[in-house]
Amino acid sequence: MSRALWTLAVLLSHWRRHPMQLATLLVGLISATALWSGVQALNQQARASYDRAAATLGGARTAMLVGRDGESFSQHFFVDLRRAGWPVSPVVEGRIRIDGRSVRLLGIEPLSLPVEASSAPAIGTKGLQGFLLPPGQTLLAPETLAELKLSEGATPTTANGINLPPLTLQSQLAPGVLVVDIGAAQRLLEMPDRISRLLVGRAGKGTRAPLQTVTGDQLRLVEPDAETDLERLTDSFHLNLTAFGLLSFLVGLFIVNSAIGLAFEQRRPMLRTLRACGASARMLNTVMVLELTALALLAGLIGLVCGYVIAATLLPDVAASLRGLYGAQIPGELSLRPQWWFAGIAISVIGALAAASTSLLKAIRLPILIAAQPYAWQQAQHRWLLAQGAAALAVFAAGLGFLLFGDSLLSGFAVLAAILLGAALGLPAILGLVLFLGERTTRQPLARWFWADSRLQLSGLSLALMALLLALGVNVGVGTMVESFSRTFNGWLDGRLAAEIYLNAASDTQAAEIKAWLRPRPEVQAILPRGRAEVQIGGLPVEVIGFADHLTYRDNWPLLQSAAEVWDRVARGDGALVSEQLARRLNLRLGDRIEVPTGAGRWPLDVVAIYADYGNPKGQISVGFDALVAHFPGSAQTAFGLRVAPAQVPALVTALRDRFKLDNRSLADRSALKAESKRIFNRTFAVTAALNAFTLGIAGVALLTSLLTLSNSRLPQLAPLWAIGITRRRLALIELMKTLSVALITALLALPLGLLVAWCLIAVVNVKAFGWRLPFEIFPLQLLQLLGVAMLASLLAALPPILKLMRMQPAKLVKVFADER
Amino acid sequence: MLSVSSLSKSYRSGQERVGVLRGVDLRIAAGESVALTGESGSGKSTLLHLIAGLDQPDSGTVQFGDAVVSALPDADRAAFRRDRLGLVFQQFNLIPSLSVADNLAFQSRIAGRHDAPWHAELIERLGLGQLLKRYPEQLSGGQQQRVAIGRALAVKPLLLLADEPTGNLDEATADDVLALARDLVSRTGCGFLMVTHSARLAAMLDRRVHLHAGQIH
Repeated sequence: MSRALWTLAVLLSHWRRHPMQLATLLVGLISATALWSGVQALNQQARASYDRAAATLGGARTAMLVGRDGESFSQHFFVDLRRAGWPVSPVVEGRIRIDGRSVRLLGIEPLSLPVEASSAPAIGTKGLQGFLLPPGQTLLAPETLAELKLSEGATPTTANGINLPPLTLQSQLAPGVLVVDIGAAQRLLEMPDRISRLLVGRAGKGTRAPLQTVTGDQLRLVEPDAETDLERLTDSFHLNLTAFGLLSFLVGLFIVNSAIGLAFEQRRPMLRTLRACGASARMLNTVMVLELTALALLAGLIGLVCGYVIAATLLPDVAASLRGLYGAQIPGELSLRPQWWFAGIAISVIGALAAASTSLLKAIRLPILIAAQPYAWQQAQHRWLLAQGAAALAVFAAGLGFLLFGDSLLSGFAVLAAILLGAALGLPAILGLVLFLGERTTRQPLARWFWADSRLQLSGLSLALMALLLALGVNVGVGTMVESFSRTFNGWLDGRLAAEIYLNAASDTQAAEIKAWLRPRPEVQAILPRGRAEVQIGGLPVEVIGFADHLTYRDNWPLLQSAAEVWDRVARGDGALVSEQLARRLNLRLGDRIEVPTGAGRWPLDVVAIYADYGNPKGQISVGFDALVAHFPGSAQTAFGLRVAPAQVPALVTALRDRFKLDNRSLADRSALKAESKRIFNRTFAVTAALNAFTLGIAGVALLTSLLTLSNSRLPQLAPLWAIGITRRRLALIELMKTLSVALITALLALPLGLLVAWCLIAVVNVKAFGWRLPFEIFPLQLLQLLGVAMLASLLAALPPILKLMRMQPAKLVKVFADER
Repeated sequence: MLSVSSLSKSYRSGQERVGVLRGVDLRIAAGESVALTGESGSGKSTLLHLIAGLDQPDSGTVQFGDAVVSALPDADRAAFRRDRLGLVFQQFNLIPSLSVADNLAFQSRIAGRHDAPWHAELIERLGLGQLLKRYPEQLSGGQQQRVAIGRALAVKPLLLLADEPTGNLDEATADDVLALARDLVSRTGCGFLMVTHSARLAAMLDRRVHLHAGQIH
C-alpha cells in the first residue's frame, strides 16, 4: 500500500511542478461536467414537473373511463360501476376564472380515490375531515398561490360569483391546478350530477363485470400512458438541450485529452525511471488510473457546483420557453435528486478516463528501454492525418445515409453529429494541406520556415483547433437558424395578428355584453369572432379554430400553399386551412380530405391551404366561424378580434378595461401581443445563446491551454533563430502570426460548416422536432461578427505564451544549446 | 552472487536480425567491483539491461542468488530491481518534479526499506546537504550524478549497476564521483558493475572485462 502511495506521490509531484497543466486538466473536466450536469439538471427539473402534472389525481398515468365522445356523463355510472365491482372514483374537471386568471379545477371524491392515482396523500389521511366537512378546502401548489397573488385561507370568488373553499397549500400538487371536493366542483363548474371521467384503480380487477354490460357503449376505457402528451411534445426541446450539453462536454474533453496527452509525454522519462527502480507496470498503471480518478472526482464535485449555478441561472429562461412553447409549468427553484449528483461525478470520471484512454494505453505498452522522446506524439500524429481524413469521409458517408434513409428526430441529430464529427476529423488534414501549399509557394527562407513550423505545430494544436471549429460551426449554425427564425417569425406575426385589439371574455354572457357595447361605437370597424374546440385526430391533440370571413384574413393571412377560392370554400364550411406541422404529421396535401370528429359524427373537410403556425406544439385546423359553431355548439365563443383605426386603439382599450374590468390577459392590443410574442421568442433562444457562448468560451480556453503547454516545447525550434540574429520580439510576432493564421483558416472553414449545420437544423432537425420548416437565409454581417469574435478569442489565447516568449531571459534560450534542458 | 551464462540477444534491423550478444558468460561476487568496457555498439548497455531485468534475452540465463532473473515475469523482475538492485544511468534519470531529497529517498520508500541514518550518511558523504530542496534542473551534471548514485545506494542494493555514470562529467568530477561510489560500495559490501569507455576509470576497479563482437574477452 505504502509502495503505491509513494508512487502516487511521485506522479502527483509532476502537477506541483506544472500547475498550469493541472489547471488546464481541471478546467477541462470542470467545464465538461458543469455544462453537462447543468443541462441534465434542467431536463430533470422539467421532467419531474411533467411527472407531477401527469400524476395529479388521475392524469395520463392512471387508467380511466371517459365518455365516448370525450364529453361529461351522468354520475349514476359511478354508482353502477362500483356495484359491478369496478374500483372507480369520479373526477370533474373544468376551468374557472379567478380575478381574470384562468385556472384548472379538479373535483375529486377522496374516499374512493385509487392510491396510485393521487399525488396528494394528505387527503387520504388526517386532512380528510378538513377537506370533506364544511367549509372544505381548495388544495393548490405554492406556485399557484403565488400566481393568484392570494394567501392561504383566502376564499376567492370565481367569475360566476361563487366562492371557493379556503385555499390550502399542498406542495405535491402540480402548478396551475385547484383541487376541491367533487360536490363543490360541480357547483363551481355548473355541472350538477355530471362527471368528466372515472379513475380506475388497480385493486379488484378480477371481479369486475364487463364494462359494456354496465354502461353500454357510453364509456370507453383509456389505459394508462407511459409517456404523457407534454413529455412527447417537449422531447425535442430536451433533446436539443441535451445535444448542446453533449457538445460542450465533448469540447471540454478535448481540453482534458490535450492536457493528459502532454502530461503523459512529459512524464514518460519519470515512468521509465520508476519502472527501472522497481515499480511494476501493473502497479504504475493502477496508480495512474487512481490519480486520474481522484482528479476527476475533485473536478466533478466543483463541476457539479458550477453546473448547479448554470442550471439555476438558466432555469427561468428554460421555464419561460417551456411555458411559452408548450404551456408546461416548471417551478422556478431547482430541486435535484441524489441521482443527479452521482451521475455528475460518474460522468466526470468516465469522461476523464475516456479522454485519457490513449495515454493510458500508451503507458501500459510503454517499452521500458526506448529513450524518452518528449513531444514525439506530435510527430506521430502526422501519421494519423490520412487515417483521420479517411475516417472523416466515412463519417460523412454515414451522415448522408442517415439523411437519405432516416425518418426520425434521432436520425436528424445523427446527420448533425456526422457533419460536426466529420468536419472535426477532416480539419487537421485540410489545415496540413493548406500549410503545405503555403510552404511550396514561398521562396523567402523565413517565410518557408513560417509555413513549415506551422505544420510542425499543427499536431499539437489540432485538438484545440477542432474544438474551435466545432464551437464556431455550431455558433454559426444556430445563429443562422435563430436569425432566420426571428425574421420569419416577425413577418408571420405581422400577418397573423392583423386585428388591432384581441379580447377574451370571462363567459359567453360577458362576451355578448361586450359585443353589444362595441357595435354602436363608430371607431370599431369590425368585430371578428373566434371559436375554439379540441379534438383528437390520428391519436394527436388538434385545435379547431373558427374565424370570421373577413378581408382582414383574406388580405393578411400568410399561406404556405393554397388552392383556388380558398377563402370562399372555408366560408362555405367545406374547406379547411391546416397548419404545417399537422399536414406533415398526417401527410396531408392540398385537396386531401380530413375528417374531424364532432359530437354529431365525422365532419369531412377538404384541405384548401397549409399555413405556418410557429411555436404551437399542437396541430391546428382553421375553419369558418359559423361552421365551427354549427359542428361544435358547446365550444367557447368568448374570444374575438377588433378592427379599429390605429389612433383610436389606446382610448378603446382603456374604455373596455374600465367598463368590463378586463386585465392584460383578457385584453391586449396588437403591439402588446407582438411584444409579448417576441419576448417569449427571445427567452426561448436565450438558453441557446448562453450555451453557445459557453461552448465558444471553452473552445477559447482549449486553444489557450494548448498554446501554453506547447510554448515550452517550442524553445528548441525558436532558439536557433534567435541565435542567428532574429530578436525575441520578432520571434514572438512570428509566433503570434502563426497562431492567428491557423485560427483564421479554421474560422473560415467553420463558416461553410456552420451554414451546413444551419441547413441541417432548419431542413432536417426542426422539421422532425417541431413539424415546420423555415426559409434558409444567410446573414453575412452575422458571419463577419462571429469571425471577428473567433479571431479575438484566438488573439487572447495566443497572447500569454507570446508575452512569455518576449520577456524570456536569453539564458533560458542558451540552455537549449547547453543540453541542460 | 551474479551468474550470467550463455547470454544471447539480437535485434531486428530492417529485414535482418543483428546479434548483439553471442553467448556471454560473466560472474560477479559479493563486494567485487567490475568494469565492463568495449567499443560503441559492442552490447555493453544491452548486457546491463538484461542483468537488470529491463529486457529479456533470446537465450541464456541471468541468475542472481537463487533467482533466475531472465525467467521471471515482469512483476517479479520489477520487485527484483526494487529490492536488490541499484541503477545509475549516464543521463542521470532523476525525476524532474521531485526535489533532491525526494529523489534520494523514493526508491527506498517504494521498496519499503527506508533507513533514515543511512539516508543521512549518504547525504553527508555525497555532499548534498545544501542541495536537498533544489530540483534536478537547478543542479550541475556532477551534482545530478551524485544524487543518482545516492538514490541507487539508498536502498542498500546487493548489486549496483552503472551505465557510463561519468560519461557526461569532466575528468576531475568523474574521478570524484567514482571514488565516492567505490567507497560507498565497499561500505555496503555490494557488487558493482560499471560500463565505461575509459580505460583509466576501469583500472580503478577490482577487475575489468572487455566485450567485443558480443562476447566477453
